[in-house]
Order: sequence, then C-alpha cells, then structure tokens
Amino acid sequence: MKTGTLKQILLITDGCSNQGEDPALVASLVAEQGITVNVIGILEDDHTEQPEGLEEVEEISENGQGVSQIVYQDALAQTVQTVTKQAMTETLQGVVNNELKQILGSEKTMEELPPDQRGEVMEVVDELGETCDLEVLVLVDTSASMTNKLPTVQEALIDLSISMNARIGRSRFAVYQFPGRKKPIQQLVDWTSKLDSITSIFAKISSGGITPTGPALKEAMYQFGKKTLRRRFTSDDYTDIEEA
Amino acid sequence: MITQTSKKPDIQLRKGQIVKGKWHRHHYHVVKKLGSGAIGSVYLCVHENKQVALKISKQSASVSSEVNVLKSFQAVQGYHLGPSLIDVDDYQAHNGFTYSFYVMEYISGESLHDFMRRNGHEWLVSLLIKFANDLHVLHQQGYVFGDLKIENLIVSRKPVQLRWVDVGGTTLQGRAIKEYTEFYDRAYWQCGSRKADPGYDLFALAMVILRVYYPNGFTKGTNPKKTLQQKINQAVTIDPLRKLLLMLINNSITEAKQIKDYLLNYFIHQKSKRDKRRQHQKAKSSHEALYPFLEIGSILTIGGACYLYVTFFM
Repeated sequence: MKTGTLKQILLITDGCSNQGEDPALVASLVAEQGITVNVIGILEDDHTEQPEGLEEVEEISENGQGVSQIVYQDALAQTVQTVTKQAMTETLQGVVNNELKQILGSEKTMEELPPDQRGEVMEVVDELGETCDLEVLVLVDTSASMTNKLPTVQEALIDLSISMNARIGRSRFAVYQFPGRKKPIQQLVDWTSKLDSITSIFAKISSGGITPTGPALKEAMYQFGKKTLRRRFTSDDYTDIEEA
Repeated sequence: MITQTSKKPDIQLRKGQIVKGKWHRHHYHVVKKLGSGAIGSVYLCVHENKQVALKISKQSASVSSEVNVLKSFQAVQGYHLGPSLIDVDDYQAHNGFTYSFYVMEYISGESLHDFMRRNGHEWLVSLLIKFANDLHVLHQQGYVFGDLKIENLIVSRKPVQLRWVDVGGTTLQGRAIKEYTEFYDRAYWQCGSRKADPGYDLFALAMVILRVYYPNGFTKGTNPKKTLQQKINQAVTIDPLRKLLLMLINNSITEAKQIKDYLLNYFIHQKSKRDKRRQHQKAKSSHEALYPFLEIGSILTIGGACYLYVTFFM
C-alpha cells in the first residue's frame, strides 16, 4: 500500500483571529486538498482560567481533520512532536480504513474489528507511519503577544526536526510567520529536511495587532501547490528544491 | 477520514465498577486506579479471584500497538520481559463509546524512590545488574524500551528486582522512538539522536539513576552534557556507579551487557580485595593462636630458671 506524502500545516498561535475569512472554514477547505491542519494553542504562563479565543483552536483543527492541543510554554517542544505524530497516525488510519472498506465491502473501520485482527492492521499503520514521507508547513503567529514565546517555539521546531528525522521516511519542513509585511504570510525557512540548524529565525519581526489566521492558512495551502509545481519543472530530485 | 478519537471523551472507571469485554465476555471488577500515562489509565482489577492490571484508553490504535509489543514479548519463552498479557478486548461504556483495553499480570511492588529511601542507595548496584540483563534480552529481541523512566519502573519483592510496568514506548530498533519523556531523552540532552538503538535505553537508564539522587530533576542549562557531568560528580558517591554513569552519558557503553559485566567485575574485584583482607586477618589470628603456648612456654622457662636457681644457689 502506498500512501504518498503526508501533508500537514501546523499552526502555532496564542489567540483569536481578528481579520479576514473564518479560519475554521478555510481549514475545512485546506483539508479537502489532502492537507491536515493541526493547531497548538499556547497559554500565557500566568493564566489560570480558560482564556477566550483558544476555543477557536479546537474548531480549526476539527475542521482541518487534524489534532489540537492547548499547552503552557514549557511543554511546547514535546507537544509539537506528539501532535504531529498523532495527526500522522490518524491520517494513516483513515487511509487504512478506506482500504478496509474496499476489501471488506461493508462500512467497517479498524475500531470495529476484533482485537486480534485490529492488532494486525495496526502493525501496518505503524509501519506506514515509520516509512511514509512527511511535509509539515509550520505557521507561526507572530502578533505582539507571541513575542516572548518565540524562542521557545524555535526550540520546539528544532526538536520536531530531531524527532521526525529519526524515522525511516523522509521529512521536510517549511516555516512561515503571519502576518507578513503587506501580505498574509512571510517565509522564514524554505522547504528543508533539517531544521536543526535554524538560528534566530524570528529575529526580524515587526509585530502588529492583527491576527489574520484565515487568510494565512489559505496562503499556506498554496505553498504546497507551488512546491509541487516547481518540482515538475526541476528534476524530481528532492535536494534540488531544497537548494532552490 | 473522520477520526473519532478527538471527539471521544476520556474514560474514568469507578471503584466497584464491572468492566465486561465485548468480544471475550470476561468480567473485571475495578478495585482502584494505579496510574495514568500518555495513553490511557491503568486500574487494579479482580478477575476470577486474581489481581490483574487493566489498561484502558480512548485511543484504540495505541492500545493495539502496545498489545502487539506485549505479544511479541510472550514469544520469548522462559523469560519474563515485562508483564504477561492476559486478555485484549473492548468495553462499551454507558456514554455510547467503545474503549479498547487490555489486561496484564499485576506486578506489586514499590516505587524506586520509596525503595531507596528505606533500603539505601547501595541497593542500586544489585538492582542494576539484574535490570541490565533484562534490557539485554529485550535488545536481543530487536526492541528498544524507549520511555524508560522512574514512573515506569517498580521494585518487586521476592526476589527484589527492578521491573518495567509500561511497555507503551517500546520501539523496533532502527525506527523513531515512539514515546519519550524529556528528562530521560537522549536528544533533549543533546547527547544523540532519537532513533531507537540500545544506546538510547542506556542513556535513559543513566537518567533514571540520576533521578534517584535528584527526585525533582534539574534543567539542562546552556551546556547540557556539562550539566550532567557536574550533577553526577556532585551527588553519586558510590564509586563504580559514578564511573558507570559517566560512561553511559558519554556513549562509551553501547550494550546493556557491558553494564552487567562492569558492575559484576567491580564486585568480584571488591570481593577478592575483601578476601585478601580476610586472609590477612586470618594470618594475624594464627599468630594470636600461638600466644597461650608462648605464655606457657615462658612461664615454664621462668619457672625452670627459678627452680634451677633455687636448687643450685640455695
């Protein structure tokens, strides 16, 4: 069974969108393109009550067929990789479920199989998760309130790269921030397999008050498209695109 | 591709509740909660008058994964790698959702912290020798334990032995570590990758021992490796253990067997030293054994001299 490349957008934010289209709606459209939208909401360390705005986090990921989690800064690194992995497993389970439906004919999913058979299917899912290729576009909210959290975000991304590169399959990452200057998003790191060496990527940021999450997600979706287009023109060697 | 996992609520079992399997129809009587981890919670249950541990989770996929690992452990005949698997089933809760669970052997014991507090750190060496052996067998099977941490270990009695209780992180060698905890993670301390190889477990094992000395842990600082070395040198007073930890941190030990060999070697060395000392003592005591004879001899000699003096000169 071939799954091709799993595509994910990982949105890291700390608040509510306040400009442009509804991000939940955009997320559902992005998901239709075969790109999962995962969201991590970061809490202010001194927040005790459930902050308003972060309900949006779950709404976006649900519509984006992805995973969401709300965390404090210190747990960010581990959460980023858990969310990414969990979303991968869920997507692959979805793929396997579709295959099962074709094989078994009925509306059967993995969860309805007897435990023994489920175990065998799960072995396949685990295997796929280890060997499939993965592309993650990380979209970081850099509005004013995020400024003090950006060093932690950067550390978490390096950690994500370490986790994903331990797999047998290939992993590639791109990092974008939003809002950009005069455009919804701005590129910080182009598609690369190694994020380990990124240093102070969030240095040159002019953060304003707006959080256009919806438009940013939409623009992020096109970054996957662009790359495949480019791949068609250049040779299909991965390294070429990396250096481009 | 609708995933139900995210909408399914977490499950809490109550004391006295009966969990009945959907497929195999076994009954499990919940006694108490033993703990909860990244995926699911573990409960102490009674089944046919026997204590068992039941792990239940909303993530059916993860449960299946763990069961696969436990099953492959059962294949190792005559050797106890982790708790033995008793049953795998689904539980249909009253909220309408189905939760996967599996039942395993209940290992009773106490946490490593409690055990150390009562018995002293000297026990570490002996616990480690046995544990390293288990790890070695696991590695031989082509697996790596992964999420090795103090919370996943228990000291069982009769015989006193360090045993692992949660196999959730067990990963095939060569793959990416499935589950980890930052404090015990080699990559977090910038001492290597997150790929499953025996060295990953050995690093985590070193961190487990360090955690015994620093129950609240510590942060990595700007130079993680240096921090580790400092912490080891500060706290670990048992000589072979300190040397062992430094070797584990530096990746100069690559196989679990080497831990056992190193510690045993030290012990034998120590024993031979002790034997020598004992021999020395024995030699000394054999001198002492002569004392009464010397005394008698000297008394006789003096007595004889006096007798001669009296007979000749008086």
